[in-house]
Order: sequence, then structure tokens, then C-alpha cells
Amino acid sequence: MIGSQELTEPVVDLRVARELGLTEDEYDAILRILGRTPTYTELGIYSVMWSEHCSYKNSIAVLKTLPREGKGLLAGAGEENAGLVDIGNGLAVAFKIESHNHPSAIEPYQGAATGVGGILRDIFTMGARPIAALNSLRFGNPKNARVRYLLKNVVKGIGDYGNSFGVPTVAGEVYFDDCYNGNPLVNAMAVGIVKTDHIARAVAGEPGSAVMIVGSATGKDGIHGATFASVELSGESEARRPAVQVGDPFTEKALLEATLEAIQSGHVVGIQDMGAAGLTCSSTEMSAKGRVGMRLNLDNVPLRDQKMSSYEIMLSESQERMLLVARKGHEEAINKIFRKWDLAVSMIGEVSAGSDVEVFQRERLKARVPAETLVLGGGAPVYHREARLPGYIAEVRDFAASDVMEPADCSKVLLELLGSPTIGSKRPVYEQYDSMVQTSALLGPGESDAAVVRIEGTTKALALKTDCNAAYVYLNPRRGGEIAVAEAARNVVCSGGKPIAITNCLNFGNPYDPEVFWQFKEAVAGIGAACRVLETPVTGGNVSFYNESPEGAVFPTPVIGMLGIIDDLAHVTRSAFDKRGDAIILLGKTAGHLGGSQYLHRQLGSYRGDAPEMDLAAEQALQQTLLALIRSRLVQSAHDISEGGLAVALAECCMGAHKGVGAVVTGLSMWSLRKDYCLFGEDQSRVIITVQATDVDEVMRRCGNAGVDSQSIGSVTSSGRLVIEDWIDVSVAAMQEQYEGAVMGLFGIEGREA
Amino acid sequence: MRSKIKFAVVVFPGSNCDRDAFNAVERIMEQEARFVWHKDTDLGDPDVVILPGGFSYGDYLRCGAIARFSPVMKEVVRFANHGGVVLGICNGFQILTEAGLLPGALLRNESLRFVCMDTFVRVERSDTIFTESCKPGEVLKIPVAHGDGNYYTDEEGLKRLEDNGQILFRYCSAQGKIIAEANPNGSVASIAGIVNTAGNVMGLMPHPERAVDPVLGRIDGRKIFGSLIHSLVRKDNESFSVHS
Repeated sequence: MIGSQELTEPVVDLRVARELGLTEDEYDAILRILGRTPTYTELGIYSVMWSEHCSYKNSIAVLKTLPREGKGLLAGAGEENAGLVDIGNGLAVAFKIESHNHPSAIEPYQGAATGVGGILRDIFTMGARPIAALNSLRFGNPKNARVRYLLKNVVKGIGDYGNSFGVPTVAGEVYFDDCYNGNPLVNAMAVGIVKTDHIARAVAGEPGSAVMIVGSATGKDGIHGATFASVELSGESEARRPAVQVGDPFTEKALLEATLEAIQSGHVVGIQDMGAAGLTCSSTEMSAKGRVGMRLNLDNVPLRDQKMSSYEIMLSESQERMLLVARKGHEEAINKIFRKWDLAVSMIGEVSAGSDVEVFQRERLKARVPAETLVLGGGAPVYHREARLPGYIAEVRDFAASDVMEPADCSKVLLELLGSPTIGSKRPVYEQYDSMVQTSALLGPGESDAAVVRIEGTTKALALKTDCNAAYVYLNPRRGGEIAVAEAARNVVCSGGKPIAITNCLNFGNPYDPEVFWQFKEAVAGIGAACRVLETPVTGGNVSFYNESPEGAVFPTPVIGMLGIIDDLAHVTRSAFDKRGDAIILLGKTAGHLGGSQYLHRQLGSYRGDAPEMDLAAEQALQQTLLALIRSRLVQSAHDISEGGLAVALAECCMGAHKGVGAVVTGLSMWSLRKDYCLFGEDQSRVIITVQATDVDEVMRRCGNAGVDSQSIGSVTSSGRLVIEDWIDVSVAAMQEQYEGAVMGLFGIEGREA
Repeated sequence: MRSKIKFAVVVFPGSNCDRDAFNAVERIMEQEARFVWHKDTDLGDPDVVILPGGFSYGDYLRCGAIARFSPVMKEVVRFANHGGVVLGICNGFQILTEAGLLPGALLRNESLRFVCMDTFVRVERSDTIFTESCKPGEVLKIPVAHGDGNYYTDEEGLKRLEDNGQILFRYCSAQGKIIAEANPNGSVASIAGIVNTAGNVMGLMPHPERAVDPVLGRIDGRKIFGSLIHSLVRKDNESFSVHS
């Protein structure tokens, strides 16, 4: 009978429950649900399923305020493993972003690698073939040897996994700030394509259907990984190294091919990858969604260590495993496919009537839990946390731009900004990623504001971007949230795409801290507001709380993964200047906003002031107008103005161009602003475009009609110099030296573990 | 007379450029192509066997070291020894050296980092079936993507390669200069690709299959596939056997 435990399992009481991260209230709720004391295995199951990582218990009430409906969405947020958007031609895009911050802080290589592996499985478990990977990384101060060690190994982990798997890593972002010293952020995004009639769902079938585990054997790695992700990092985190999983991209690649083959040949009723909380999460979620139960016999689970207990098997997060429910009578066909790929496949149970997941080991019932009580949207707890305006806000906002000394030599400032790791070229990072495999990336890293990947068998392409300026979010979470969405969308538009949906990865500190929770609520409100105006619904994503180390919380960092569609490959647009004589036109208004800017950070050593203004209606008008201009073939290049302001954007347009290209820019003095405000201010909703000289009037007329500010500010030259008013005059070669060396230097110095 | 060349693209577990190679020769170059599974022992009478890029068997022991023991490799070796044309790209090049069909070895990149970028290679000989559509000294822009592309052979081995004219491609600047800065991995003598003494087996680290579709902005890989197709069709028409 249930409750009888083997001697080796600890006796369950409140103390043990607390050790597993459950609260007293949660433990009481478990007693009420079961009507008895749980077994140790059951307690483990509840503790991981009700962990923040799996249950979203502290965030779900806020997340529900996001716009989650829109044209073409085939699966709502949280309904499936990833968001799903119909793109016509009988095809859908599956995409999602997820964090692997804590594992990467402890064991950067494997942490980052398995972050990539996990998100790829989320995509192909839906029947979609991954066609692109992106990432978003945050590291501490690169002067710190430990930070360089993390950078080097995170990048290698991402590269080794994605390169071997064979998915092009096409875009990403890397920022550096002291706040990430002890807690780097490693967010991985994957994008896949699936035929709409081959979409697989994470649902159990009818009773009697076989439940199969496929892929790698189950080991003791990653036990309680989900729980580990749900506490702050501390000095003892090093002891959590065993909670970090180990990745095997070779097996994952075989698993991809076999899984897609099994799904496409119609043998599979339901399938879910085993990520966080492994067998526990996949079996209970599939059961709950199918409104059925499951009987699992752990004796049939292939193990790396025969002595593993039921608790360990249920909680293992060994990688490269999937749980699938076979269509009745198709079990042997599935067997055959996986064996062809030399992958293990075992029948470990069957779908049962009722609603309980029952777990047996050596003929003993080790757990019997009602699936519904475990899952998000079911019995998992939902908390409404207290939010309070943080004290630091008033402090950082107390700032006047006029207190900043006007620099005498703006050329020097520009070169310094270009040489800073946050602005500098990420080439040393992205060259470690295979961005060309699958021969589908039309524009890879550094070529456009968003990556552009064609869709096989169509004339369409996807425009993809990850984005978040966390300094803005820190200064003003709501506006920072709006800007993160707006900028990601603007980047997609600059590449020629129409933004259609987002996924997000919300990286914050401890949600039990009211000031952190205020940041969270505000940022989500901002994201929601921007998504409503820009008509880019939220298809899902991931919340990562507890991003704190003894040094404090990280900047609130809600990373946006934007999906855009390009209907005609002729609309694909680069960011670099194209031809001598092309006119440079600035779209959008310049007010010289310094708050939160990279320039200010350089001057003061910290982020001060408020985030830049964001007028969502003006943003929408800008994006619609620019996209229409691109579609009319009037735009030769387009580049968003972001970190470092107009001067850095112009520099990037020159450096990305053919050798010898330069620019002469004038007409800024008529703004009657200080030159450093003009050059380095980070006002939003601005884009630099180039057009043929003969098209200037038409472009400006169209902008005028749409109420979008436009100003012709100069032209592309062949001088090899960037000249802005009489404020800046530097050679492109000198800029390139700074820009290219900014991050390369960090890899050059041997970063050893500090 | 025949108009199409038959390519067999070998698929090892862990191959990941197999589809790209297939698409390059079938869709873009408009030839016949089929996949051959690594457990197969029948190549299906191809004109050319392609060992594609990727990470066969995860490259866990050493790049290409396990793949050479794959059942299909016995057939590939037999095919090559009878004069069949074999093209090894990236991981395929590594497998060819492990299988002894080409001399030397591919070591870790000198930087110890994986590198994905466009490279320029200089065509060192244009009188081979792999390069006959190129001009001597022509510079091709073809990307690389590898962690272990650092070609190594000892001094004697290098001398043999040079004396026999086995070096077909060297990394170079856009202008065709052989300089250290243009060498992405530290290869001896900037070697990017070599051929066996019989002239029917070539391995190279750059990926010509990534440089055939104009929409991707790179087309120089066509010269290599084009050379092969051209020479094989011609030989066929001249009613020489490719096995002669």
C-alpha cells in the first residue's frame, strides 16, 4: 500500500519538505490533496512541480495580463512546449526562449550547452525542425578573471552544442555590467518550422496507449535542477554542481531525426521532452492535459546507475530524453525508427483511466499523485506577491544632464564607446557559432539589425532578433519593458520584416523581495502595452527569478525574442551603407536624451536618470512607414539607433560597408542641442536609412504624410572617414580597430577560474 | 552520352551538412543525388561520393576516428581505390585522413576555438578534375566552420605534397597572398585542401556546398562542383571510364 517506504527513504515531515524548498502552507496543501503523508518520492514530485521554475507560481498572475491572442497563433502561451504561429504555405513557426542562468553560473560550459539542448528539444518535440538558434547573454565586469572564464566557456558551450547539432546560430546579444558579476544570464532561443498537419502535442492518448521513454539513459545528473533554479546563488552553490546536467549534442541530433520521423509517420499521439523535472514533469503534464492518468514502471527505465531510487529517477534531469505516447498498434514501428538511429527506446508504462500518475518500482507503488494537482493552471499554487517602489529609483533619477561636462573631443569619446565591450563588435563570439549550416541564413550576425533566415520551399524568410537594454529597465521598468519590445520590433523592420509575435525570457531577482516584484510587474506591464500597440502577441517564454548573488540582484532583464516575417526576399535589408552618393536620412525625433545611455555610463561609471521617452504610437508609425518604404524598394540600408546613439549607429553603418566607405553628416547643429547630446543621446524610435539621391524627396514626402519626422543629414562617401559636423572626424580604420578589439581582447587573455 | 552526374552523399550519425551537400548538387547544380546511410554497404554505383561535414559520431574520440570504421567506409575505400571520385568536406576531410585515403591529419585550430567565417583560398592547380573550371591562382571565397581544421603533416610529408602537386587550395588574402592572417586555423603551409596522388580523392576544410546558391551571396563553390561535373561528363563523352 502507499505510504510504506523503503528504509532508505527519509521519513517525510515538514522539515524534509522545507529542505526540498516547499513552504509550510504548500506542505499542508499536499497533505490535504493526498489525505495522507506523502512518500518521499511524492514529496520530491510536488517540490519540483511546485518550484518556481515549473509552476510559475509567483509570476503567472502577472503573466496573464499579457496579450496572448492574435492572428495566426496556433497555440496559446503555456499550452505547448513552444509558441506556434501560422505563416501560410501550410507551415507554422515554433519558437521559444529559455534561461539557463544558474547552471551556467556554476558550470558555464555544460550549463550553456544544455540550455541550447533544452530549447532545441522544446522545438522538435512539437514536430518542428529547428532552423535557427539565437541567444542573449549578460556577463559581469570583464576585468574580472572569473567573468572572462564564464564568457569564454558559455560561448564555447553554446557553440559546441549548436554547431554539432547542426542548427545555425544566427543572432544574439552580449552585454557587460557589474550587476551580473556573480550571476550571468544565459538565455537561448530556438526557432523551428513544422507543417501544420504534422504538429505534435504534449498530450497523453487514450487509456491503454503505451508510454515510451526514448533517447539517453537516465542518470543522477540534474536532480533537483528545477529547484536549484528557484533559489538565489550563494557561496554554497558550488556544491550544486551535480545539479547541472551534461549535454550530448550528438545524441540530440539523432533524437531530432528519429523524433521527426516518428511524428511525421503518424505513430505518435503525444510527446514531450524531458527538461526541467524530467520524467515527473513530462508524465504529469501530459496526463493532466489529456485528462487521463499514467502507470509507470520505473524498472523499465534505462538507467546509468542501477541503484537509483524512484525519487532519483523521477527527478533526474538527464538530457536528450523524450517521453512519448504511441498510437495503439504502432509501438513496433516507433521501436524500429529509434533503433535505426541507435537510440534506446523502452516501454515504461501505459496511459490509464482516471487522473492519477502512479509510479512503481520493484513491484511497489512508490507514488500515486493526481496529475492535475501538480501542474500550472491546475493545482499548483498561485501567489500574488507584494510589490513596492524600490528606494533606488528616486536616487538614480536624481540627475540633470547639464551636470555632465561637455567633452572637448567627441572623436575620442566615439572611439572609446566603440571600444567598450557592450558596444564593441561581438565577432569573436559569433565566429565561434556556425551561422551558415543548413545554408538558409541570408543575413547572419553583424549584417543586419535582425537575422534573416529563408524558409525552404517558399519565397519567404523569417527575421529574428533578441533584445533588451536592461539599464533602461533598471531605471524605469515599465518604459524599459516597452522599449525592449519596441526595439526588437524596430530591428526586425530594419531588416525588412513585419514583426508578428514575441517570446520572452524574464530574468529578475528574488520575487519575495517586494522591490524586485515591483520591477517585474512594471516591466511586464510595459511589455504588454508595447505588444498591444505593435500587434505582436506573447506566445510564451520563460521566467527566471532568483538571479541574485551575494552582491545583490541583477538588473531586471526581460529579454524579448521577436519573430518577423519577410514575404519577399527582395525586401531583405542590410544595416551597412551601400553606395557612395546615397543620401543618409534620419527618421524620428532627437531630443538628446542621456539617461541610461552608454555615454553617460562612460562619463559617470553608472546608469543614471530615466529611460528614454517611448511614444508607442509614434513607434508604430515609424515602423509602418519604414516597412512600406522598404517594400517600395526605396531603402538601400536601414539601421536602428540604440546604444551609443546616432554617432555609434553611423559608425556601425560605415564599418559594415565595403572598404573605403565613409560618410559626411551635417544638419545636426540646427537642433540647438549640445553636441554630445546630439551624438550620443539615446532617444528611441529613430532609424538611419540610406536612399538613392533621386529618391530623397519621395521618401521625405511619404514620411511627412505619415507624420514621421525625417531629415536628410548627409551622404555616403568614399573617403573612408566618418565626418559629423565639425564635431567628429575619424577614419573608419581607426574605428574598426577599437570596435573589433573590444571583445577580442577578452578572449585573448586566458580567463582562468578566479 | 549522359548529362547528369550521380552523387552519393554519405550520412553518418552526426553528419549535419548532408542535406546542404545534397541540395547543392541536386537543386543548384542540377545533378542526381542520393543519400547513403552509414550502415549501408551498397553505394549504388555513383560517379562521386561526398563525405559531408558535421560531427560524425559526435567527434568524441577524435574527428573522423570512429566514422572510418563505419560499414559504408569499407565501400568508400574500395570505390576510391578503384578510381572512384571522392570529395570530403570538413568532417569528410577529417574522415579521409583517418581512413588513410589522404595523408596528414587535422588538429585543433591554433586558436583552440571553433571558427565560422568566410575565407579566401587560392587555387594551386587548375588541371585536376576538382579545379579544372578555375584559372590557375584564382581566388575563391568559400566559408569555413570547424574546430579542428589545422592541417598537419611533417616536413617530409609536406615536401611530398608539394612535389606531387597535391595541394589544391591554400588560404590566402582576398588578393591571393598567402599570409598568416588569412589562415583561419594554423594549417601547415596554409593548406585548405589536398588531393591524393591518383587525383581522384580530395579533402578540403572550406564548405563549397555553402557557396553555390546566389541568394546566399556566395557562389565560388560552384567552381569546384562545376569542375567535377564538367570533367566527368567530358570523360564520359570521350568514353573513358572514370575508373581508368
